[in-house]
Amino acid sequence: MNLSPDQIIFWQLGFIKLNATIVSTWAVILVLVLSSMLITHKLSTHLHRSRWQNLLEVVVINISKQIEDVGLKHPHHYLAFLGSLFLFIAISALGTVFPGFEPATGSLSTTAALALCVFIAVPLYGIQEQGLASYLASYTKPTFIMLPFNIISEISRTLALAVRLFGNMMSGAMIIGILVSITPFLFPIVMTVLGLLTGIVQAYIFFILATVYIAAATSTIKPKANGS
Amino acid sequence: MLIDWFTVLAQVINFLILAWLLKRFLYRPILNAIDAREKRIASALADADKKSVEAEQQRNEFVHKNAVFDAQQTTRTNQLSAEVKTERARLFDEVRQQSDDLRVKLQLALKNEQLSLQDALSQRAREEVFNIVRKVLNDLAQASLEEQIVLVFLQRFKTISVEEKAAFKLAFQSLMPTNKTPLVVRTGFTLTEEQRAQIESTIKHTLGYDDNDAIAFAFVIDSTVVSGIEISANGQKVAWSISDYLTSLAKGVDQILQSLVHVESKAQSNSEGDSEGNNLDNSLDNSQINHKAKSQNETTVINDANDAIPTNKTEKGRNETRG
Repeated sequence: MNLSPDQIIFWQLGFIKLNATIVSTWAVILVLVLSSMLITHKLSTHLHRSRWQNLLEVVVINISKQIEDVGLKHPHHYLAFLGSLFLFIAISALGTVFPGFEPATGSLSTTAALALCVFIAVPLYGIQEQGLASYLASYTKPTFIMLPFNIISEISRTLALAVRLFGNMMSGAMIIGILVSITPFLFPIVMTVLGLLTGIVQAYIFFILATVYIAAATSTIKPKANGS
Repeated sequence: MLIDWFTVLAQVINFLILAWLLKRFLYRPILNAIDAREKRIASALADADKKSVEAEQQRNEFVHKNAVFDAQQTTRTNQLSAEVKTERARLFDEVRQQSDDLRVKLQLALKNEQLSLQDALSQRAREEVFNIVRKVLNDLAQASLEEQIVLVFLQRFKTISVEEKAAFKLAFQSLMPTNKTPLVVRTGFTLTEEQRAQIESTIKHTLGYDDNDAIAFAFVIDSTVVSGIEISANGQKVAWSISDYLTSLAKGVDQILQSLVHVESKAQSNSEGDSEGNNLDNSLDNSQINHKAKSQNETTVINDANDAIPTNKTEKGRNETRG
């Protein structure tokens, strides 16, 4: 039994290897992009529109709304990054209903990669929004002494992001695997249903946390204004 | 080792590609479609608002126009009814006036007809009466009457006024010396010698001549001088005859008849105008018909009366009346 889909390797050439993580990621990318292309290929701007278009609109609008609720003023600007995070994690979790599908998010490499993306995206967005100096200065808030703690918190939360998602996704797969060996029929199904729920919740958590981090980094509210 | 760094790198790239692809194929088109639809809905709503405002405006305008139209209609109706009323009253007056005029004309024509008939009758009666009187007097003019006539005439001649006397003498003198035109004495009967001498001497004395003065007298018998005598010289005339009395009598009778007719016609037209002016409004047509019928009856009667008299006499009577 593999702890991670990374260990299922289809093809390898030295450092380069094609494992189940990458393949399932490609599969998810393919599904998402192809279905998007199919549905948005003939979008209706009229009041009457197809069900699939409605579904996509609901998804996009709700993601956008969540981003806005968290406190980002221009949700469309962050939609590509944050929305993709959520959709990728959610679809990977939902894909577990298909037998033989190994969710990419069950690999610590994938979650680390996503956490790394967030780790890089947060300062980028922060600098883009409030300038380099202002962004760097935010690490010294409220006092200069807080600088190391801020940096530690930055790194630790990234780690937490990666490990949390990995742990949840992996545990789900692991539990199902163990239960299958103990009680073949009933419990694995229940746990799969539970796993779907957990997957969606994790996707939402990852997405919301990333949004909150970006929102915190791009926040232009000055402590002076707060203090007064 | 749970983390495979190549896989991490690959997943980062994968994720970035996924983000780019989704942005390209999902978010942008969907957001564009939503924006377009929202814009469309907004414009539709704005259009609807605009149309609603326009409709409201048009409705107000329509209501206003309706009100104005109603007011105009009411005014026009009132005006028309007033005009109709006035016109009706005017037409009634006109018709009444015309009927009055016609009635008066008709009555006048009837009256004239009647009068001319009366005139003709009275004229004829008078003529007959005078002819008879004249004839009777001629027949009765015996010697004693003639003597009496001569006496009366002479008496009258003596008592003529001084001015008349002077005028007569002047005329007589202007006549006398130049041409020996005699002083004409007309009588309706033959005078005796004695009567002639008496007349000559009276005239001479009255005019202040002597008996011996040679004045030529011409005695003429004229049947038109009914039982009378007249002397005339160069426009001056002194006369006495029964014919004079008859003539003045005829004049008197004529005058009395004329005045009677005048007063009668006036009174009649007045009384008719008064009585019919009051209840003319609604019974106009009826009264016209009645009058017509009445006048037709009268005309018939008159025509009957006319038929009873010879036509030439009637015509003559009318002409004389008008003259």
